[in-house]
Amino acid sequence: MNLDELSNKIKEKFPQGILATSSFRGEDTIILRAEDLLDICRYLHDEPEISFDYLTDLCGVDYFPREPRFEVVYHLCSLKNRCRLRLKVPLPGESPKLSSVTSVWKGAEWLEREVYDLLGISFVGHPDLRRILLPPDWQGHPLRKDYPLRG
Amino acid sequence: MAKPETMVLNMGPQHPSTHGVLRVVLELDGEVVVKATPDIGFLHRGLEKLAESKTYHQCITLTDRLDYVAGMSNNLAYVLAVEKLLGLQVPPRAQAIRVLMCELQRIASHLFWLGTHAHDIGAMTPLFYALRERDEILFMFEMVCGSRLTPSYFRVGGVAQDLPEGFTEKCREFTRQFPARVDEYETLLTKNKIWMKRTQGVGAISAEEAINFGLSGPILRASNVAWDLRKAMPYSGYENYEFIVPTGKNGDVYDRYLVRLMEMRQANEIVRQVLDKMPAGPIKADAPQVVYPPKEKVTQSIEALIHHFHLASAGFPTPKGEVYASIESPKGELGFYLVSDGSNKPWRFRVRPPSFINLSALSKMVEGRLVADVVAIIGSIDIVLAEIDR
Repeated sequence: MNLDELSNKIKEKFPQGILATSSFRGEDTIILRAEDLLDICRYLHDEPEISFDYLTDLCGVDYFPREPRFEVVYHLCSLKNRCRLRLKVPLPGESPKLSSVTSVWKGAEWLEREVYDLLGISFVGHPDLRRILLPPDWQGHPLRKDYPLRG
Repeated sequence: MAKPETMVLNMGPQHPSTHGVLRVVLELDGEVVVKATPDIGFLHRGLEKLAESKTYHQCITLTDRLDYVAGMSNNLAYVLAVEKLLGLQVPPRAQAIRVLMCELQRIASHLFWLGTHAHDIGAMTPLFYALRERDEILFMFEMVCGSRLTPSYFRVGGVAQDLPEGFTEKCREFTRQFPARVDEYETLLTKNKIWMKRTQGVGAISAEEAINFGLSGPILRASNVAWDLRKAMPYSGYENYEFIVPTGKNGDVYDRYLVRLMEMRQANEIVRQVLDKMPAGPIKADAPQVVYPPKEKVTQSIEALIHHFHLASAGFPTPKGEVYASIESPKGELGFYLVSDGSNKPWRFRVRPPSFINLSALSKMVEGRLVADVVAIIGSIDIVLAEIDR
């Protein structure tokens, strides 16, 4: 199904959930509200016609100095329908927090830890949120734009 | 909750069988693993942050150093992402050369995996056999781009230079000899009682779990999920070649071994087909804003010199937007998510690392197994720490 059909189906269940949709170079992106993220992800995963059973990637982007400063980006893939979808959730710069999607895709566990480690975004409900690449006593979040290239 | 009779054993980061600087904290009940917690980040170099201060051309050399056993594949995934961002079409000869190099690279990567994995389990001979063939492939890479391990051969819009004289004959000779060599490896391992006992039933993961973890590559296919990006979402002209995508039944270490062996044979098949069908034509797109002028012109014409200098120092601007492009690398789905702010440097350079995601399933796979199985399972995932840690 195409982007409009998909976003209409989502809007039926979650009327406030979608903030915007866009298409660029053949890729569809849906920008979601943080509060509805977990429910929408579960819907996209469980709904048999939609079936986004595969979480390709989960990452964060820092758009400093724009506000909302951060975006957490989810790349989903449906193995059955052979299609991809990008979800983005904008977050404020001040103590950014978002629901963890580990209950939907187990693969999110390490990916969310990496976002926490390098960007400082916390994931509520994550089973084991701690640094993954940097030593546990590291100060700061290097991928942030206000962190110097030479730490 | 640790039972009083469990012992915590530290494996790594210096360890011959962890294939790099990987640390695994094992909680053992005798010889049985109760819990295994990988600890990574010893090879973290801040590659994603470094890329934000480099032009798109300069980032190509960074990508070589991700999965250093499969340099060509990393280059391809990255340039495909940049070309997608620019909306740039690549000429057919360049696409064919890219497929050729990536399939040779797949063979080289799997050969290295085969040798080291067998060595971990105790079979020391296959390593020497496998490296013999891999050396021929690395020699061919040196012929095309001057480097064995860090090729940086692909460019945005095509490849750096055309195939040199003598390459096609050498490559054809390789494809003629290779199937017999794989048969040799099989005589050492496939029906070997010790190999079968050490690998069958070990570290199995079901198809549903593999999909839920986001696993990709041979480890996913060994769990009976027929998903290969070269077939499901073809890129760079892969739809023009005929090849089988092998799958396993049980998802254990033995199946992963069989899947990779078959992939080597199939990759050899693809290389043969590419050589037979190689189209003539330019090896770079006709896009002067992005593509370097030919070297011969640069030494003779001032305009070409200025053009080259401008591209090398200032790079090229890109449309504002974001793209994700991925390939089926020897390790799995290697993808690049690029966010552009319109300038000549990426705003965000995200690598989707297959080894990182594949390794996250390690604790699931070793639960309840013996300590000796941990080594076999880590080997069967086929990880490269440089890709995990970036």
